[in-house]
Parts: sequence; structure tokens; C-alpha cells
Amino acid sequence: MRHADILHRCFRCGYCKLPGNYADFNCPAYLERRFETYSPGGRMWLIRAWLEGRIKTSPRLQDILFSCTACGNCVEQCTLANIKDQLLMAFTAGKEQLLAGGAVPPAVRDCLERLQKYGNPYGVARRKRADWAVSTAVAAFAGQDHLFWVGDEGAYDPRGQQIARSVAGLMARLGVSFGILGADEVSDGNEAKAMGEYDLFEELAATNTAAFAAAGAGSIIALSPHGFNALKNDYPKSGGALAVQHYTQVVAARMAKARFRDDGPAQTVTYHDSCYLGRHNKEYWSARKVLAAVPGLKLVEMERNLQNALCCGGGGGNLVTGILGSGADAAARVRVREAVATGAQVLAVACPTCAIMFEEAVKQEKLEGCLQVREISEIVAERMA
Amino acid sequence: MSTLCEALAAIVGPEYVSDRPEELYIYSMDPGTMPACLPDAVVLPDTTEQVCRIMELANQRKVPVVPLGAGLVLSGLSRPLRGGIVVDMKRMNRVIEVNPMSRYALVEAGTSQGMLQAYLKKHHPQLKHSCPDAPPAATVAGNVSIHGSGHLSLVGGFHSDMLNGLEVVLPTGKLVRIGSCSASPYWFARAPLPDLAGLFLGWAGTTGIITRLAIKLYPNHRFNDVDIFVCEDPELMPDVMYRLSGTQIGEDMTAWMSPKPDWARGFLHCNISYGAGSKEELIWKRNLIRASVRPIIDRKTGGFMPLPKAMKHPFLEVPGRTLSRFADVRKGGGFEYVGAIMPVDLFADAYRIGLEIAADLRVSYSLGARVIGANHCMMFFFAYAFNRADPQDVKQAQNALARTNQRVIAIGAIPWKAEAPAQKEIIGRMDPGAFDLIQAIRKVLDPQGIMNPGNWEIN
Repeated sequence: MRHADILHRCFRCGYCKLPGNYADFNCPAYLERRFETYSPGGRMWLIRAWLEGRIKTSPRLQDILFSCTACGNCVEQCTLANIKDQLLMAFTAGKEQLLAGGAVPPAVRDCLERLQKYGNPYGVARRKRADWAVSTAVAAFAGQDHLFWVGDEGAYDPRGQQIARSVAGLMARLGVSFGILGADEVSDGNEAKAMGEYDLFEELAATNTAAFAAAGAGSIIALSPHGFNALKNDYPKSGGALAVQHYTQVVAARMAKARFRDDGPAQTVTYHDSCYLGRHNKEYWSARKVLAAVPGLKLVEMERNLQNALCCGGGGGNLVTGILGSGADAAARVRVREAVATGAQVLAVACPTCAIMFEEAVKQEKLEGCLQVREISEIVAERMA
Repeated sequence: MSTLCEALAAIVGPEYVSDRPEELYIYSMDPGTMPACLPDAVVLPDTTEQVCRIMELANQRKVPVVPLGAGLVLSGLSRPLRGGIVVDMKRMNRVIEVNPMSRYALVEAGTSQGMLQAYLKKHHPQLKHSCPDAPPAATVAGNVSIHGSGHLSLVGGFHSDMLNGLEVVLPTGKLVRIGSCSASPYWFARAPLPDLAGLFLGWAGTTGIITRLAIKLYPNHRFNDVDIFVCEDPELMPDVMYRLSGTQIGEDMTAWMSPKPDWARGFLHCNISYGAGSKEELIWKRNLIRASVRPIIDRKTGGFMPLPKAMKHPFLEVPGRTLSRFADVRKGGGFEYVGAIMPVDLFADAYRIGLEIAADLRVSYSLGARVIGANHCMMFFFAYAFNRADPQDVKQAQNALARTNQRVIAIGAIPWKAEAPAQKEIIGRMDPGAFDLIQAIRKVLDPQGIMNPGNWEIN
């Protein structure tokens, strides 16, 4: 197995479970399940025991490995500089090894089969990939400055589609020239890779890279931080080197052009750092710059922010597989309670996965009356003149 | 009759009980060198009432019970030596109350050092508690119950000395409160009542499960500094420590001797950290500390290390993140140490023992000592790193630890949180009357013999 050589070097000191100020548990899987097996250190020791035959393949082992959301908190907090960068890769390699033996949770198997068959985890026909843009002014890519990469959630999930339309609308108002590939794109494969399906990821990346080349795209604006991560960091290794930005970066650079109404209500907003923007790509400030530029908004921080933000629990395929996400200690439910504790009325997000996870959590926590989950462009657009 | 897991699930809910091989494996060991011992089940209670019911069940069925905090004791005290139920307390991690005027905090037993530290920083920045040199995941209750020490031990002694009161579930399931809280709504002290806390401190979890505890808090000074005294003669160190601690100014004093980094090899260092409310006060304290060892400096047998401000951070950081890195010295994720409690007078003997064993067995080592109280004693540690992927290396570290235990007991020290084999060595030296009393007390508290059996026993 790849990265097997680091497994025994974990001391299980437990820094990986915590944020930088140690205030609470910050590993979504451990936070929810509370058995040491679900902590990053527990996973390290279990994978090693499994490779050495001391633990057998089992549904529990599968659940433990696939509950990892790939949020990167463990990488951020680990004190061992020589191995920390490989922690997530080791967990992913463990998943890859389980996949190779055909031993994965049914929800993961089904998700990967849909990705293989339909090019998306929702099992919707590829030809419907641009349906979100019907009745909008969004055009097919035809040499515009940028290709707008909508991703699976933006293309198929109803809430993700709303966000895609909102972001597209805001970029158009700010004068961004862009088009979409529509049915020519497939999943960016970020979650396939996080679930250990490297071959499928390569296949998806090759399909998309060929589509970029055929369309003549040179610059990409990604809607989802997950897609942003794959396109920016993994596609170049697969031969797909393009200039990639997240939409918040594009919007932040154009905020000086935005004109706002002066009758917008005063609101307190707290911003949630998406793992794939923040910890994975160190992009913490564009969304905050955007929000800070909107009149009438007061931006407050949650206790866990920036590199210490608590994940929404939707990464690593968990948005679709639902392996995590039950009970009062589910990461998204803990996070919306944390948002309410700031006094904010709005939880701002820059990721469709986070939006979907948090909106469900707000319902579960019965916080509909005091907290709204809004995507950045929605907040900006409604206050523009 | 239901299975053990079914009965436990009826108490805490099925999602917080496991007898699956994965949990049994992980909860069978700690990061140290002691061999694994499989439990029969792992349970994660959320309330004191659940702990009572778990204990009643275990008592009824005569099933061993092993309480667990963060599992970072390293000497294997939370391994279920005779199987049974491991009770992982970390869901019970609420900070219940802080009394700022009387400077105490009441927490649940699963509260980690880091959580309490963060809570105080946020809500009571003028207060702090004494953190051990353990990762922040270590629990407050676990460290108090083993007579731990930490970064305020020069002021407050052992962490068990900083204990104000306890809530404990006895092996029969009965709940008791100890200290002022037994007769008052406040958790301010163990005095003036008969002090029962000792029944649960240093017993390696063989007398009950702590569910709540109150500990003393201390002023969190705005300005902080550390000075490092350096010398080459181990015979000089007790006098250095005596003089420095005699100022009654320092909060923590630790000696350290390590072959790495290269510049530190062969030198004996003694860190003394202190705080103040103003820069002027800090300078005044620094001057007093320096004056206390002036005769030694004048003899040119030792002196303070010049330390740029930027280099002081790792020495002032609490808990120190660099400490966990010792586990990777041999690129093998392991270390364990003997922490021997002894008079400060034995410093040079202990130092030589450490060097001899490390050289003889060729193990990677780090030596040091934390002074407890006003030089009243010290916890001298002999840390040995090992590569857990190399059975021979693990064995060699085990040998070094066993030999260290024997050698320090021979000079009059007592290993702290001793491994089960070292406990037997201590018992061999113990006054028979004291050991008989320990056994008699256990029999009264734990008639079925279910609490962490295998510890503090001859057989």
C-alpha cells in the first residue's frame, strides 16, 4: 500500500483530533463517533494492523476509513513534520486497498458506480448537466475568457443549481466573460480520488482534460472548492495544466466595480471556511474580502476559523454516501450551533457541499428561525444596485 | 440474560458500545511498550448516571472495568489486563463551573487539558490551570489521578495536591462526593473534612471511576519569561534547584539533559519560568532569580544561557508541541519513560543511571526532571524512544525501562504511574502493613474485585 511506511510513526498523541486552540474535537469522524478508532491516529494504527493481518477486512473497518471527510485537520495539527503531509494520502491509500479487494460500504460502491456510469455521483444522465442553466443567460463555452466549472453539485443538486445560477449571475454583473461546457464535462473526480478510486479519477480527469483542449479553454473558474482543488492541484499531474481560480477570488478582484443599494438591512454574518479552499489551498481571505466590501454586513468569526475551521462533514464523498451525518454530534450540526453562538443571522459559505450540509443541519437543529445559510454570491447580489 | 454489549447499549445507546475487533484492538494498548490486552467491550458514557449503571452491571456480572481518559499514560495502566469493559470517559467533557474568586474549576472527568485551557482563555483569561507535559488531549482527571505534575508544580506541587474535590462512582455503582462538595454547594477545598480523596489518587483506577473533579486555578500573568541555567556538573544541580526554587518566584522548573540538539550534548540545563503583571515586576523577579545563583556564577561553574526572545517560545509554550516529536527520533512513533519521584538530592545518581543504561543498551534517550513544590521532590524522567515497527527495538526500550525502574527503586526513588511489573517491584519494597492496608481497602470498596484488576497486586 502507498504510504504504508509512515503508519507506524504515528504516536497517537491526539493533536490531530483538535483545532489549534484545543477547544473541542475538530475531526468530523471522531467528533461524531467518539471511538478512538475513528480518530486519525486510530486509523493509522488500524490500517497498519490490517495490512499485517491482525485485523480483518470488515464493514466496521470500511466504515472507519470511509468516514474520513478528507478535511485535512489532522494534517494541519500533526506535530510530526516529516509525516504530516502524508496522513490523508495514507488514509486514501487504505481506501484504495479496500476497493482493490472489493470491500467497500454499499453507499460508496453505489456512488462510485454512478460516477463510472454517468460521470456524476447522482446517477443523472450526462446530457442533463447543463439543465441548471436553462432560462439563464449563461452561454456555452466558445472562447470566452474563462470556463465556468460548475461541478457535480452545481449541475445536479437542486440547492447546488441555485448556487450555480447565483454565482453565474453575479459574475456576469461584474463583467466576467465566461461560458460552460455543459454535457461535455464529467465529474472533476475530486471525491472519487478522496474515496481511493485513483483509476476512476484518472479516467474522469482525462475526459475533462480532452474537453478543455477541444474547447480551447485556458482559464477555469470553479464553483466548488472541491473541483477547484482537483483542477488546480491534481489535473496538472494528469497533463491538464490550466489557470484555475475559485469564483470567490474572481469576485473579490472585481468588488470595486460592484455598486450597492443603500437600503440593505444590517446583518451579522459569519463565514465558514471550506476545507478545500482553506486548509487544502490556503485560500482564506477572498470570501472575507467580498463580504467586508458589502455595506450593512457585520462580519464576525466563529471560534474555529481559518485553518482551524470545523469541516461541514460532506467531504470525502460523505455528502452523497451519508456515512457520517447522524446525531447531535454530526459536524454540520455542531458547526451551525457554533455559528448561532456568534450572534450571526447568516452563515456564509463558498461551497455548494457546505451549503447543502448546513441547510440540512439547520433543519435538524430547528434553527430555521435564527440562522440562514447563504452562499457568498447570494449575499452580494441581493444588495447590489 | 442479555449479552454484555446489549446490556451496555441499554444504558448508553447502541452507537456508543462496541465489541467489534477494531475497537477491541485499539483499546487493548497504549502508545508505550506494554503488550496488548484485549477488552471484551468498550463503552462511552455521557453522564454520571450512566457510569453508575455501568458499574452496577459490571458488579452484578463480575466483569472487570477499566476507566480510560486519553490513554496517554504510556505505561499501560489503562490496558484491560483481565479483559472486561473499557470505559472511555471522553464524552463527559463539560466544564461545569469556574469560580474565579476562589480560583477553582469544576470539570467532568473526560475534559481534556486543552479544552480546559481553551475555556479559561476564552472566559477567564486571568486564570490558568497547571498543564502536564502531555499532549492537550490528555484528560485533567487522568493526570490528577496518577499524581501528575505540570507547569505550575513549583507553585502548587503535584496535580493531586491541586485537587479540591471529587465525584466518584464506586465499584458497586454507588456515587460519592469527596471534599467540601460533600457538605457544601462549593468545591473549594478538601479540608477540613476527613480526606478521602487519597482513596482514588495513585491507585491506577482500582478503586472507582472519577466522574467530576474540581482543581485549583492560578493567576495567568500577562508577562512571562524563562531563564535557562546551564552547568556541566550533575552534583551541582540540587544546589542550583534549591537556590532557584528558594526564591518562591518561579512557576515551573525543569531540568533537561539530551544528546540532541548537538549544542545541548553534555550540558545540564535547568529552565525556570515565571510570570508577572507588569514588565517592571518581571524584571524584578528576573533579578531575584539571577541573584539566587550568583555564588555559583561567580565560581564560574555555571551560568544563564543567553537566549534571544524568539527562541524562548518553545520553552514557554504550554503544552509544548515539540515534546511529541521525541516519538519520531527513531522514525518509529514510540517513546516511553520512567518518571521516578525522588528527593532532589538524588539528581546526580539518577542522571548517571540514565546515561549508563542508554549507553549500555544503545537506546535513544532524553533525561530530565521537574521540581515539585519548593524543591520538596522531583519527578526525574528517563525517556527512551523506539521504533514500533521493529520488535527488537521495542524490546530494547522495554529492557531499558525495566532496568531503570529497578535501578531507581534501588536508590530510593519510586516510579510514578508504574507499569504493572514495576508496581510489583515497588510492592516488594513496600512496608507490608501499607500493602495489607491497600488490599483491605480495595476489598471493602470493590468486593467483587472488578476495578482494573492486575494493578497493585502481587499475582
